[in-house]
Amino acid sequence: MLTFTIRRLVLSVPTLLFIALVIFLLLELAPGDPLAGQPLTIPDEVRQRMREALGVGQPVWIAFPKWLYQFFVVEPAYMMDALFGTNWAGDQQRVISWQTRSPVMDIVVQRLPQTLWVVGTAYVVAILIALPIGIYSAYRQYSWFDNAGTFVTMVGFSVPPFFSGVLVIVIFSVQLGWFPSIYDTTHEVVDWETFKVQLQQMVMPVMVLALQITSQLSRFMRASMLDNLNQDYVRTARAKGLSERVVVMVHVLRNSLIPVVTVIALGIPAIFGGAIITEQVFKVNGIGQLLITAIQANDLPMVQTLTFIFAILIVLFNLVADVLYGLLDPRIRYD
Amino acid sequence: MTDDANQETFATDAQEPMAPPRSQWADVWDQFRHHRGAMWGAGIFIFIILMVIVGPWVYWNDPTYVPTGRDFLNLRDTRPIYTVIWDSGAKVNWLHPLGTDNLGRDTLGRLLTGGRVSIAVGVAAMVLSIVIGTLIGVLAGYFRFLDGILMRLTDLFLALPLLPLLLVAVLLFREPLSASFGPEGGTFILIVTLVGVTSWMQTARIVRGDILALKEREFVLAARSIGTRPHHMILRHLLPNVLSPIIVSATLGIATAIITESALSFLGFGFPPDFPTWGKLLFDAVDRMNLYPERVVWPGLLISLTVLSVNYVGDGLRDALDPRIRGR
Repeated sequence: MLTFTIRRLVLSVPTLLFIALVIFLLLELAPGDPLAGQPLTIPDEVRQRMREALGVGQPVWIAFPKWLYQFFVVEPAYMMDALFGTNWAGDQQRVISWQTRSPVMDIVVQRLPQTLWVVGTAYVVAILIALPIGIYSAYRQYSWFDNAGTFVTMVGFSVPPFFSGVLVIVIFSVQLGWFPSIYDTTHEVVDWETFKVQLQQMVMPVMVLALQITSQLSRFMRASMLDNLNQDYVRTARAKGLSERVVVMVHVLRNSLIPVVTVIALGIPAIFGGAIITEQVFKVNGIGQLLITAIQANDLPMVQTLTFIFAILIVLFNLVADVLYGLLDPRIRYD
Repeated sequence: MTDDANQETFATDAQEPMAPPRSQWADVWDQFRHHRGAMWGAGIFIFIILMVIVGPWVYWNDPTYVPTGRDFLNLRDTRPIYTVIWDSGAKVNWLHPLGTDNLGRDTLGRLLTGGRVSIAVGVAAMVLSIVIGTLIGVLAGYFRFLDGILMRLTDLFLALPLLPLLLVAVLLFREPLSASFGPEGGTFILIVTLVGVTSWMQTARIVRGDILALKEREFVLAARSIGTRPHHMILRHLLPNVLSPIIVSATLGIATAIITESALSFLGFGFPPDFPTWGKLLFDAVDRMNLYPERVVWPGLLISLTVLSVNYVGDGLRDALDPRIRGR
């Protein structure tokens, strides 16, 4: 198992490098000039030097390794410095956003808590809802609960977040006035009252995201339970007189959870991608919203870094899912 | 598959067949008909398609007409006619059943033409993605020397963060394509290509797996032993046998493509401003949704309904095309 993990980790390095190169080359083609917003009165030679300072117009074989070095060596060094007060990074050049002229990673670190808070809560809520629904619909297959569950999950699949988000805003914030339609990220939780406000503003984005995730997970849980419920070991467990509760909740559930856990792991990076739309609808200024504004403003270093972070997450959680599958199911051996 | 169809006649063990032989597609239709959700889905989907194809010809309002002068003041921002049920003072116009927008353009007319674009994008992108997926799947499954590299390519595409890259790509290629094919045509080509190129991976994996399994079967050996050429083998013997998973992923592909197009339009990376699609109409209406919620609800409802019905059809087809489930 360990050798498998190490081999996969080593193999993921060229994959990631290739993805980084693809993203980089794609962005190289991008039209737009980071200095377009500067006044026209700037003399040409000054403009040229500003261009050089930003690293615009370098050939790919210089710019790409430079970006890689900044991303993999300089940024972690700065991170260590910030955490432990060391001085590894010195004053090396960091990845600078063209839009704000500040280091990209600083902005990402500022934006990350909002995204993690909203998306993470949604994911936890979705798992807590999806698993019981999946278990019960499989146990009572074709009952009215199962049919209703199937319909709700189909709706959850089909209603895109930009509609469900807008719909809950129209219903709960415009018509009923229960929740604010905009997520206020400057809000700080200090006492009970502010905590209640925080909960209120989180309800709608979490609800929208959770509906999507729940529908996928509960379908999967149901299918996995159905696979296991007809197996021989279940009959054996019933035959030796175990209570129905133990049979389902211990024997069947534990075996059915194996594929579901890997799906949960695989879904984590996709949630970061899917949250782009939800963040846009509820004006949460998280990572997704940062990406959108960066693309609109032609902020190439920012787009490059964010997309690459998404790619790292996808590759990493693919690996995690594979390893988890091997750990949980002793029948699966990769070696 | 044909054995399956003849099972009944064998079971009776009679000299004369009791029933006329049935074709595979009759069996599929029989199974499909019993899936209530799929039948509803098919009905609604066909209804929506007919509506957006025939609608703009039959409907009396021109979706691009912008009234001027006094007409503009009279016709802009009218509410749907059903609003009078609870608000007798609402500004309605019986000639505009779903009201008009802030420029006085008819909402129902825009929904109908917008639906044409949305569904056309969905279908075209699905066709492209199925063609790429099937091609790569067949090549990887049939030719062993291509398998490794094509599957690594598939894994690579699965590892790409697709939505961000789609947004970047739209930004990159919108200008040059708009210049050569006109703003609408260019965006159409761009979005169809992008959605198609980024959604073929599942199909390729499924097709490859099926081809690998089929390659070991006797009929393939027989065909090869009489000297069938590879292209003939693929077109004649292998492709017809992997048709059912392809059909299922084609149906589901329409749903994904419609959602992706609407998502792009919603984020402001879709079609040009005065060119309606459902996602675009929804996006334009969000700013004033507290005053005119119907402008948000109708396009969203149509997107959701289309995708929901397509998903149900896909679900039913999956059951109907699976010989292990069929006949239960």
